[in-house]
Amino acid sequence: MKIAYYPGCSLEATAKEYDLSARTVCRHLGLEMAELQDWNCCGATSAHSINHLLALALPARNLALAQEEAAQCLVAPCSACYNRLKTAAYVLQENEVERKKVEEVVGFKFNGTVNVQSLLETIYYQVGADTMASLVKKPLTGLKVVCYYGCLLVRPPEITGFDQTENPVILDKIVSSLGAEPLMWSYKTDCCGASLSLVKSDAVQEMVGLLLDMAAEAGAMAIVTACPLCQSNLEMRRKKPFSGIPAFFFTELIGLAFGMPEERNWWPKHLVDPFPLLRSLSLAG
Amino acid sequence: MQIMTSKGPVMLDLSFIQEIKKRSGQAIELCYQCQKCSSGCPVAEHADYHPNQVVRMIQYGLKERILNSSFIWLCSGCETCGARCPNGIKIAAVTDALREMAVKERALSGEKNIPLFHNAFLNSVRRDGRVHELSMMAQYKLRSRTLFADLDIGLKMFKKGKFAFLPKRIKRLKEVRQIFKEAAKQ
Repeated sequence: MKIAYYPGCSLEATAKEYDLSARTVCRHLGLEMAELQDWNCCGATSAHSINHLLALALPARNLALAQEEAAQCLVAPCSACYNRLKTAAYVLQENEVERKKVEEVVGFKFNGTVNVQSLLETIYYQVGADTMASLVKKPLTGLKVVCYYGCLLVRPPEITGFDQTENPVILDKIVSSLGAEPLMWSYKTDCCGASLSLVKSDAVQEMVGLLLDMAAEAGAMAIVTACPLCQSNLEMRRKKPFSGIPAFFFTELIGLAFGMPEERNWWPKHLVDPFPLLRSLSLAG
Repeated sequence: MQIMTSKGPVMLDLSFIQEIKKRSGQAIELCYQCQKCSSGCPVAEHADYHPNQVVRMIQYGLKERILNSSFIWLCSGCETCGARCPNGIKIAAVTDALREMAVKERALSGEKNIPLFHNAFLNSVRRDGRVHELSMMAQYKLRSRTLFADLDIGLKMFKKGKFAFLPKRIKRLKEVRQIFKEAAKQ
């Protein structure tokens, strides 16, 4: 299967460690991915906040590029990109009036052959938890985590079709296959407020604070995410800056459990230092 | 139509619900105020209105009040409301429509900085085809006059090499510019 990789803008800067770990881990898992040539920004929250056509046409251009490359799968590691790409594909498929308008603006003919997936789904459905478990060299024994899916992977359910809307489990299963212990908690899909992080930091600090408190109550040593916006927001908007439990990208934990030497380049990029935790479990030197 | 309230006269725009229905594609009249949307809304406590109130206000035609509210800008688009609505009303789509109208009618008094942020973000996309976080944040901070907020975080991110200094401009930028041009006509 031909897979096109759509990193998205955040993975080129603030979430560099997600991009690095995703590419390294996918190579190791035998997932052949080539970066989508000349991709553009999906428009994120800003486009759909103020212009309906922009919100569809910006991601649709990326669908057009993927079609041009004859890719069967377009994989987005970022939940926001995934959501916008998937929404555009859904609207183009279901709504003829919108499709015609967007096709004209973008200058392509939508054929519906590109399947938009989040990286989490690609790894879970195309590799599987059993294969992952067989590749583990350094089991993450003793690492208790809560899996945080956030909003945009799971909702709206009729568009994303992701796992179970109120209680998704595929990230928990991946984490489990690595030897770590995913804990039960009720905040898997609550919003962290990332889209307001820069503009309404006081409210966002309360939203993040609740998630961190609930993670602590569940007994978590870390939070695991699959979204660059959630991860940076969770480490950035804390009452006591840069302290407390770290937030990992799931690809970082996979790389760690696989014993990949590249892992040492990822941890120093975190705003909350993960070394004390990793050392306490003898997972880092 | 005008009605009297304890706070004085209020204008009702009875065509407002039709306009929002058309823009959002949502059957707003189906709401029976179960308030499930508001129970799960993460920003309700920070906003002037709750989602169920906004739906009711659309039904009443309280256009001006809604378009000037902080709720429409604070909605983070998390879609919890729509996923749980027993009548299948996608309130996030309604909020998108409300924001679009607020921009059109220049009713931006609710939360001034949030639309400024969206504009800075989209300006960056129009310029390069991708968002360049560093210059986008700089533009937002200058325009919102919040230059000194978050300096500690910014400095730490800078030290961690989390900012790309130069934007990555895409090759076929013309195509993205064309999309922006067409969208502006809407």
